[in-house]
Amino acid sequence: MFYSVLTLFVLSFIGFYLGKRKSIKLSQNIKLASLPSYYGYLAMLYILIPTLIAWFVLLVGENFVLEKYLFLILKEFLISMSGSEVQLFFIKIKNLSEGASFGNESDIELLGAQKIIQFKNLFLLLTYLVIFLVTAIALYLVNKKISPTFKSQRHVEKIVNLFIQLCSYVAILITVGIFLSLVFETINFFGYVNPLDFLFGINWNPNKAFVIDSSDVIDKDILKDAFGIIPLMTGTLLVVFLAMLVSIPLGLMSAIYLAEYAPKRIRDISKPVIEILAGIPTVVYGFFAALVVAPKIADLGEYIGLDVSSESALAAGLTMGVMIIPFVSSLSDDVIRAVPQSLRDGSYALGATKSETIIKVILPSALPGIIGSFLLAISRAIGETMIVVMAASLQANLTINPLEPTTTITTQIVTALTGDTEFDNPKTLVAFALGLTLFFATLLLNYFALRTVKKYREQYD
Amino acid sequence: MTNLAKRKKAELRFRFYGIFSVFLSLLFVAILIFNICLSGIGGFYKTIFLTSIHFDQKLLNLEDNASEEQIRNASFSKLIKNNFDETFKDYSKDEIKQIKKLFYRKIDIELKNFLISNPEFLNKTTKVELTASTHIDQIHKGNFDRSVQEKHRKVNNFQLEIYDKFVEDQKVKKVWNSTYFTSGDSRDPESAGVAGSVMGSVFTILICFLLSFPIAIFASIYLQEFAKTGKITDLIEININNLAAVPSIIFGLLGLGILLNFFGLPRSTALVGGIVLSFMTLPTIIVACRSSLRAVPPSIREAALALGATKNQVVFHHVLPLAMPGTLTGAIIGLARAIGETAPLLMIGMVAFIMDIPSNPLEPAVGMPAQIYLWSESSERGFIEKTSSAIILLLIFLIVVNFVSVYFRKKYEKKW
Amino acid sequence: MVNAINTKNLNVYYRDQQAIHNISLDFLKNKVTALIGPSGCGKSTFLRCLNRMNDVIDICRVEGNISLNGIDIYSKEIEVEYLREKIGMIFQKPNPFPKSIYDNVAYGPRIHGFTDKKEEMDLIVETSLKKAGLFEEVKDRLEDMGTSLSGGQQQRLCIARAIAIKPEVILMDEPCSALDPIATSIIEELITDLKKSYTIIIVTHSMQQAARVSDKTAFFHLGNLIEEGDTSKIFTKPDHQKTNDYITGRFG
Ligand SMILES: Nc1ncnc2c1ncn2[C@@H]1O[C@H](COP(=O)(O)OP(=O)(O)O)[C@@H](O)[C@H]1O
Ligand SMILES: [Mg+2]
Repeated sequence: MFYSVLTLFVLSFIGFYLGKRKSIKLSQNIKLASLPSYYGYLAMLYILIPTLIAWFVLLVGENFVLEKYLFLILKEFLISMSGSEVQLFFIKIKNLSEGASFGNESDIELLGAQKIIQFKNLFLLLTYLVIFLVTAIALYLVNKKISPTFKSQRHVEKIVNLFIQLCSYVAILITVGIFLSLVFETINFFGYVNPLDFLFGINWNPNKAFVIDSSDVIDKDILKDAFGIIPLMTGTLLVVFLAMLVSIPLGLMSAIYLAEYAPKRIRDISKPVIEILAGIPTVVYGFFAALVVAPKIADLGEYIGLDVSSESALAAGLTMGVMIIPFVSSLSDDVIRAVPQSLRDGSYALGATKSETIIKVILPSALPGIIGSFLLAISRAIGETMIVVMAASLQANLTINPLEPTTTITTQIVTALTGDTEFDNPKTLVAFALGLTLFFATLLLNYFALRTVKKYREQYD
Repeated sequence: MTNLAKRKKAELRFRFYGIFSVFLSLLFVAILIFNICLSGIGGFYKTIFLTSIHFDQKLLNLEDNASEEQIRNASFSKLIKNNFDETFKDYSKDEIKQIKKLFYRKIDIELKNFLISNPEFLNKTTKVELTASTHIDQIHKGNFDRSVQEKHRKVNNFQLEIYDKFVEDQKVKKVWNSTYFTSGDSRDPESAGVAGSVMGSVFTILICFLLSFPIAIFASIYLQEFAKTGKITDLIEININNLAAVPSIIFGLLGLGILLNFFGLPRSTALVGGIVLSFMTLPTIIVACRSSLRAVPPSIREAALALGATKNQVVFHHVLPLAMPGTLTGAIIGLARAIGETAPLLMIGMVAFIMDIPSNPLEPAVGMPAQIYLWSESSERGFIEKTSSAIILLLIFLIVVNFVSVYFRKKYEKKW
Repeated sequence: MVNAINTKNLNVYYRDQQAIHNISLDFLKNKVTALIGPSGCGKSTFLRCLNRMNDVIDICRVEGNISLNGIDIYSKEIEVEYLREKIGMIFQKPNPFPKSIYDNVAYGPRIHGFTDKKEEMDLIVETSLKKAGLFEEVKDRLEDMGTSLSGGQQQRLCIARAIAIKPEVILMDEPCSALDPIATSIIEELITDLKKSYTIIIVTHSMQQAARVSDKTAFFHLGNLIEEGDTSKIFTKPDHQKTNDYITGRFG
């Protein structure tokens, strides 16, 4: 793979050189319509674009064609296997073809591996063939095009502009990709579980979908109350609520102090230091929550006679709250500083103290913006994964008691997709349904947050 | 109390709340960092026993001037048994077995490596630094309370006694743990290192940068300089804003659903990890690049246009180079965030026990954060310490990166 | 006498606001023509039509006819880059590229493919800088940033940059308004020098400057061309009352 890409680039550079040389030769008698290097670039692009596309298609297509091919030649053998057995078999012979042998392979597996190696060699040959062929055609075309009046610069710029336009579509592509991958597997999931059971079920017990042998048929009645998202939602909301309990007062008060009271020097130092909190990887918070916060809380609970679980929502929530502080504070800070000075002056002129001005004038007028920042923080907290994976429980509990173990949507996504993943089992597929729920929830929150903030901005523009 | 005095008091109280909040937030930073440092510094050191070993030629079945290859293939078990029996000849067989447990279980490999790098000691007796077992290591570092009941300890009373004697004889030392920086993951805390995960992170970030940086720059140029306002442009902008707010784990699902399941890219590799992270980094870089492009004064564009440059030439010769420092700063910030990202990598299998240090992006790998996650799941105290040490390394790296970006911004602040 | 540029029935609009009203004005080859008038009267707009710099302003619409040496500059055959190669422009605020002095001057010749030999390029840079009267001051520091020069030097660098691509016409939009008197007089001398080889159209708000450097003067008011003619005539006995009022400083 590496060498084919290298070949591709080397060829395109050769193209550049040839194109440039030819145009320089031409330009000895007559002034060209464009600089010689643009003829070179044109040749380069003519080679690079089709070969890259062809290469990419071949790369993506290889696996697909390979499986079709294997089916064809190993038909008699594969016909007796179930879908997942075939997958396993393919994985095994693929590994075998890459040299991972355990010495206990059957003849048919060895044959399969051998076929894979043959196929891959053939495909590699094909790849090179296509690359060279396309290059030859491209060189021929460019060679025909190069003439003193040909405006290669225009052409190059057109191609470049088209290319950068396509680059900007990547953002759309990613969103579509997210949506498709989530929706596709979610639909598969709903083939096993009724969407209503999923959305309104109050029991979460995905292990009920555990089957020993994949040829077993899963009993749909059992699944009826195995995948209810309600306990996950309450768990998530509980953790987020606790996080907000920490971050809203601390973040908002910090923002107020830094924006309205603090001398410039303190502000200049404190702001970046607080923002360190946002730059620390979440896995660090998770570690901290699980190893320091949770035991301390449990100890404290024991001391005052409460039974606190070591995987309580409290530890995760409080730690997450600390992580969210800088989000709330820096967003609120911007909002508060956007309040026009005239409003403050008006209030001071009436003899109000600073705090009265802040509480009665600044905060009310900044309220939409502040609420927007809270919403953004909440959306951030809902999607936060590592802290809850490491500090919260795996066990779903329909409770609002922060001292009991709880689980969250993100925790369950991770649980479903780490370890053995079988894409023909609702236990794995549910992760995508949960992901879709999460995606919509955060999208909605962000939409409202941005709308409130925007409205607020317009008010003072 | 007068009304005014009351108001004054309320004012003071409010102000106090503000200071208190800032103080508390700063305190959290301090506690977090202090705690991690306290528990992690030790991981950079390890405990060793200075043990006198006789490298008996016969026991190793080696000739004079044995080659490296021969030493590597030699069996050291007899030599070890002999040396232990000799050194502790006052103890019973069972006791010697227990004494052996004070050492890291792979004594043979340590001795082998020693002999390979010091072949002149063949048939001689010398003092070798043998790594202590992780339990002894923790006790020696004072991380473990030895006053707990024997049955709750991994080290029994007899072993403690021997250890104390070693200490008395000044045979126990704390030395710099270089294996931690040079080896990959391991089942044993004694030989586990970060090199594998560091390389994993390096490859992941490299891929992420190579993909997101050019695409982001081109997209920004198009949006900022060429795009006409319209539906599609609006749609792109909305999408960019949304992507910035999508939870990171969702990107992991995208990677799993599309890159692994649909395109069949290899699982657990830095390639896929890098692609997934580049999706997340893209919006950050685009936003930074666009605002830097916007900041390039129109007078520069006019100057180039008036010389007969085409729009493309204006952008690529003048505007983009001037916007580069700002874009790079944004990219550094985006990549710094990507380095610390864990959740999406869990989805694509970049969280597994991988001993080998990856040598290219197509080999299975884990990144630093995933390694931290993996180690933190272990119940072994030795691994907990290693986790904290890895966190220290990660944080140091992030701090350096942030300083670099601040330096960049300061250095290239507008000069036109 | 040959005309370098002719404009006929020129109307320019910013959205639906008209900035230039039906102006027809011709510019003589190798002469300096000054455009004067109160600010906001459309001098810059007019000037920017001549090398199509208004193309980049989305809301700007140009109607009418402009020709360079008899060829319509808005016709399909003329490429705007070629046009700007022939008609250079100097702006109000000196705007050298944040690159070396050498690269500033060499940029135009490079993109227009004048030469790809180092010695030839050195020569182009040197002659251009000499023509702009800057060479002696910067010959030892051609690799210094163009932006590190003083304001007057920067403006002369911009002039050198413009003449490096051998234009026929040079447009100057208040080239001295950001400069001190000494730098201004150096530039004025330069303009008198340059008119031997170039047609120069200069916008200025200084009557004295117009009187000193120009052969012809055109007076604009509220987007209309009020009067044009020999500079000596405009400044001594103008036909229109408005011109007289403006010249004598009664408004503007
Ligand atoms: N980019 C623009 N967009 C909209 N209106 C403009 C723009 N540039 C100039 N104008 C308008 O056109 C008129 C002429 O401006 P200008 O040509 O700059 O005048 P002058 O250079 O004589 O001071 C003014 O009324 C000005 O407001
Ligand atoms: Mg003007």
